Amino acid sequence: MTAEWRVRGILRRTLPVLVALTTLELVGGLALDGFEATLLRYPTLLVLVPVTIGTAGNLGSVLAARLSTAFHLGTLRFAPTDERLVGNALAVLGLSVTVFPAVGVGGWLVTTLTGDPRLPVGTVVAVAATSGVVLGGVAIVVASVTTYVAYRAGLNPDEYVVPVVTNVCDVLGVVVLFAVVRVVV
Amino acid sequence: MTIRSVASEGFRRALPAVGVSALGGLVAGSVLAGMEAELTAVPGLLALVPAFLAIRGSVYGSLGSRLSTAVHQGLVDPTLAGDRRVRAAVVAALLVGVTASLFAAVVAAVVLPALGRPVAPLPVLLAVAACSALLAGVVLATTVVAVVVLGFRRGVDPDNLVGPAVTTAGDLFGLVALLVAVRLVLAVLG
Repeated sequence: MTAEWRVRGILRRTLPVLVALTTLELVGGLALDGFEATLLRYPTLLVLVPVTIGTAGNLGSVLAARLSTAFHLGTLRFAPTDERLVGNALAVLGLSVTVFPAVGVGGWLVTTLTGDPRLPVGTVVAVAATSGVVLGGVAIVVASVTTYVAYRAGLNPDEYVVPVVTNVCDVLGVVVLFAVVRVVV
Repeated sequence: MTIRSVASEGFRRALPAVGVSALGGLVAGSVLAGMEAELTAVPGLLALVPAFLAIRGSVYGSLGSRLSTAVHQGLVDPTLAGDRRVRAAVVAALLVGVTASLFAAVVAAVVLPALGRPVAPLPVLLAVAACSALLAGVVLATTVVAVVVLGFRRGVDPDNLVGPAVTTAGDLFGLVALLVAVRLVLAVLG
């Protein structure tokens, strides 16, 4: 069996990166722990936690993967006039303003079906939609900057950009949700 | 190619995967919302949730792309019984997942008191980390192997199936495993 498929080899290659990403995710966890009291008081907000984190990471990774591919094909210029850069950024913004309000309604419905949502549907949708718009912008900035830095440093964007962007967006997902809840609720 | 055509094509291509994963995330969220009692009983548990979910997604996502590439290359046999390489990759994924989860528990147990926040005793956090990583790992590894093997046999490119399957199943099974692990650990140690 080649070294590539030995348990030890896999451990040595994957564990260091994973430990670094876990540390990053714990930053988001600490933010989450900081508003545990609010989350336990309003279970609807707790429902929104995994989906907000996941969707923010997904949006970032979709954009990062597309920019990396365009970069490999030599069709990407890092300029505000580049069609691929701007078009894909707009697609991500479009996805965030479509998916997040739906997530808000869904989260409220789920909590209403299983118990008392303790928050009006309007508030929940406002929290989800505001977080979504901010996170769409965050995903665009993080994905473009990371792809650009990888490109300048001569790193393969496919190997570094997607995991970094996904995890940074995960963490910022929690931070943004926290900030929006403070303002709106 | 115009900005408008890139944007609308990019939107349409990504919407199904992002939408399905959001739906899975909502179900996972309802599991988390149902864990009120456990979150109160184990202070610091909530701080570990994003790390645990990210570990499951990352470990079993990369197991999926590794197996999917290997099946394409003819390196491993697409059987559910699994060959030597598949077993090694699964064992490695379980070990990596458990180790990273234990690491997260130790960091939380050190950092939270330093910030003046309450935290459960380290043995409780370590036991919850190990149990939930193993439980989620067994379910997710089985899902990944099944998706890759069945996808390949039916002529669907596993590369297109494994990513969405892991992001959707990862959050859901990750939280269900966490719930089961906390109850188990509290029953034994509590």
